[in-house]
Amino acid sequence: MTNAAPMQKKLNELSITEAARALRAHECTVRELFDICLTKAKELNPTLNVYLEFFEGPDQDAAIEAAQKRIDTEGENAPLLCGIPLAIKDNILIEGKIVSASSKMLENYRATYDATVIKKLKAQNALFIGRTNMDEFAMGSSTEHSAYGATLNPIDPSRVPGGSSGGSAAAVAAHMAIASLGSDTGGSIRQPAAHTGLVGFKPTYGSVSRSGLIAMGSSLDQIGPLTKTVADAKILQEALQGTDPLDSTTIPTPSPYSVRETPKSFRIGVPFHLLEAGVDADLLATFNAQLDALKAAGHEILDISLPTSPYALAVYYVIMPAEVSANLARLDGIRYGHAARGESLLSDYVDSRTEGFGSETKRRILLGTFVLSSGYIDAYYRKADAARHLLTQEYDAAFEKADVIAFPTSPSPAFKFGEKSDDPVSMYLEDVFTVTANLTGMPAISVPMGTVERDGVALPVGIQFTAPKGNEHLLFTISANVTKETL
Amino acid sequence: MATLEDVKKLAALARITVSDEELAKFVEEFDAIIQYVSQLDTLDVGKRGDQPKPLLPYTNIMREDGTPHEKGLYTEKLAEQFPSRDGNYLSVKQIISHD
Repeated sequence: MTNAAPMQKKLNELSITEAARALRAHECTVRELFDICLTKAKELNPTLNVYLEFFEGPDQDAAIEAAQKRIDTEGENAPLLCGIPLAIKDNILIEGKIVSASSKMLENYRATYDATVIKKLKAQNALFIGRTNMDEFAMGSSTEHSAYGATLNPIDPSRVPGGSSGGSAAAVAAHMAIASLGSDTGGSIRQPAAHTGLVGFKPTYGSVSRSGLIAMGSSLDQIGPLTKTVADAKILQEALQGTDPLDSTTIPTPSPYSVRETPKSFRIGVPFHLLEAGVDADLLATFNAQLDALKAAGHEILDISLPTSPYALAVYYVIMPAEVSANLARLDGIRYGHAARGESLLSDYVDSRTEGFGSETKRRILLGTFVLSSGYIDAYYRKADAARHLLTQEYDAAFEKADVIAFPTSPSPAFKFGEKSDDPVSMYLEDVFTVTANLTGMPAISVPMGTVERDGVALPVGIQFTAPKGNEHLLFTISANVTKETL
Repeated sequence: MATLEDVKKLAALARITVSDEELAKFVEEFDAIIQYVSQLDTLDVGKRGDQPKPLLPYTNIMREDGTPHEKGLYTEKLAEQFPSRDGNYLSVKQIISHD
């Protein structure tokens, strides 16, 4: 490395944009960038428990070499993600690699193909450092439900990093990767991003292919980035999005959604009626201060009403477990995964599932089985489905008056280990502001808006914006306004 | 309120065993969750028969029939994952009795 004088940050602390520039300017090599991230990751992993596995060996060496070659030959024309080391959540398939969804059930399961997002990243010569810890099958808001132990929050190791993409969040926050991929079913990208001071982005449902993502709630799941900057989230989203014949819910071209022009002055809707109770006072004050700053920057703040929103979490905790119980039925110990053998075929199924699944996974499977059972399907599942549509209509109406809608990402900052793990409902309340975007399919982003102090530690908190479907560009623009970035 | 028997029955349907020690805790947690989601009872979603629109504005995405990939391309990779294998066959317990 020569002439590092203008660069104060270490290589592993760079954003994608900064690292891509440094690689092109030959201020560092792909090998140096990768090694410094991997070294940092290995140094911190024994305490933080972020990565379940590092990807090293001849394949990785070849990938590093290929990325360097591409930068050397293509220079400025090389893709932005070429040579960038990324952390990948342990529910996204990389061919030949173990992908366990942090479950004993898939402890030794090797992916037989690449997820579409992985294919796209490989086409850009991006690098994968390893697979990151998560709540088992993406069910949880703290990463405490992993079969491989909890991940610690690098900002305050006595606290959770959020979840379920807690490993992917901690990896970027602790500079053990330049950026990472997570998945978001009810807030699993946005909430950990908020708890670790990152940008977390959930695309419009169907914007990114789910092919090769281990399914949790198929009508809710989306893959998205956790990054240090809004610009990085935009770069990854642009790399990942697109129609995929392997996922028929990907948005077709031309898009059925109407794309809005980016306004100079945003009309920001805020449902103040949802913030009257349940939000920490200092977090709410930080949120209000951020709204004032946006107002001072020339944007308009509108008080909007979303009367069905208080029911959103209840709707989610019917729809999601219903889909979980159906999706996880395939894990029966017969063709792959944990295979216990009993006296009969039935006991093979039952024993494999009983041994393979953790308690939160079992709880949600039972809940899903309950809401879909014949005596209760009208009272729970069909009612929730109708409410989901009502919720969608309310947001559609609100977006006639507003360009984006703002909330805090979560009602409190990162909590302490064990604080909520014995009380499922209090854990579920972590998602109270994030689930709506999954239920309606809207894109949503969490951006750092400041800190609140707990036990003498400044903990980051996030502001969340949602936009009409197919209008992620509005989210990037307004978020860059918060982080003071130029996109 | 869910009973021990209710939860046991659900577990059997879901092909899971809940041990007796776990059962009491499961019933308690289950009740708390059901109580929380039961707030939906107080929500008026309009008249029944007002069929909601489909979730997505695009449905029935079709593709041309064809061969997705060359035959046997994934056979070995998939068979490697089998817990018990006989050549390219997956071995399972006998399910039809000869008696």
